[in-house]
Amino acid sequence: MSNANWPLWEVFIRSKQGLSHKHVGSLRAADAQMAVENARDVYTRRSEGISIWVVQSNDVFASDPSEADSLYEPADSKVYRHPTFYDVPDGISHM
Amino acid sequence: MKENNIEELERQFQEKIDNDIKIEPRDWMPDAYRDTLIRQISQHAHSEIVGMLPEGNWITRAPNLRRKAVLLAKVQDEAGHGLYLYSAAETLGADREETIDDLHSGKAKYSSIFNYPTLSWADMGAIGWLVDGAAIMNQVPLCRCSYGPYARAMVRVCKEESFHQRQGFEIMTTLANGTPEQKAMAQDALNRFWWPALMMFGPNDAESKHTEQSMRWKIKRQTNDELRQQFVDITVPQAEMIGLTIPDADLKFNTETGHYEFGEINWDEFWQVVKGNGPCNKDRVDARRKAKENGMWVREAAAAYAEKRANRNKEKRA
Repeated sequence: MSNANWPLWEVFIRSKQGLSHKHVGSLRAADAQMAVENARDVYTRRSEGISIWVVQSNDVFASDPSEADSLYEPADSKVYRHPTFYDVPDGISHM
Repeated sequence: MKENNIEELERQFQEKIDNDIKIEPRDWMPDAYRDTLIRQISQHAHSEIVGMLPEGNWITRAPNLRRKAVLLAKVQDEAGHGLYLYSAAETLGADREETIDDLHSGKAKYSSIFNYPTLSWADMGAIGWLVDGAAIMNQVPLCRCSYGPYARAMVRVCKEESFHQRQGFEIMTTLANGTPEQKAMAQDALNRFWWPALMMFGPNDAESKHTEQSMRWKIKRQTNDELRQQFVDITVPQAEMIGLTIPDADLKFNTETGHYEFGEINWDEFWQVVKGNGPCNKDRVDARRKAKENGMWVREAAAAYAEKRANRNKEKRA
């Protein structure tokens, strides 16, 4: 079995307590444990993280960029979802 | 797909580039853009990996523990940089194994600088100062490259690489301020690495066949000659500061332009090294091939262990 058969893993790192895990890159490893160990060596050499998630790249199901218009256009037309849409009379505060 | 459709896609693609919108892996892109990036990113990855060899040569012979720890950390960084870049190439559909086979067969190139030997400890100084210095000069504009994964990899690489140049300059400074023999060693390393470092920026703009298209695609942000000039302007005063002499009789400062003028680069030598006839081309590729063959049992063992662990977990769940 060669390296080619090792699956690709996406690596997510939590940089400190209170923040969410963030995608930092990918690597190849024989299994999840090895992926975490490799991620430790490659992505946290300078104290970049305190927690690591690894997910097999094959298991990530992504939206299709060519469908972006139909997926996200409805949000563009609903400006009333933002507070700046509303008029607040002068003199009103704490709103 | 109909031809006018492709034209339309290409127009939209260029419009995104012109508006500084990054291209991400699953976006439509012209085949030539993809191929150019795969070629450039995998060459860049190979350079990081082959670049470990000239320095690895001195890890066991570093003059003290501090220097040894620093050199180890630097070489480990280069391995990481290779990984970030191979991963970026994979996002474009490049096969990792094939990419590496292309290096081993001689089909793929890597930076010609690593085909020069490291003859003395001072070479560790010259490499950090000049080679990493030139690499940073090339890589900083790549942080703004139009392809997202490549640009993000470069941000990480540049952050990590800033210590590489400093540790090299520190070695040079220490030797330059040392005994006459130590200073001579530093000067000798500068003499051997100066011209190959200038060659790292690639052929002159007029000779560089990829530059124009790469600039239009914002893969490249500055031309070879612009970057080379910046490097010379920054590095010459550093050499003067530590009392070393740049090995170029034609080097002079032009007060009107504010730039240094420098002598003609030996392009015959450059092309010879690129074509595989440099002092260490064969050694470098042989070392990589040997590393892959000798590491085979480790990869096999890891795969067998992973399988065993997976089976054990399955039994536990059953």
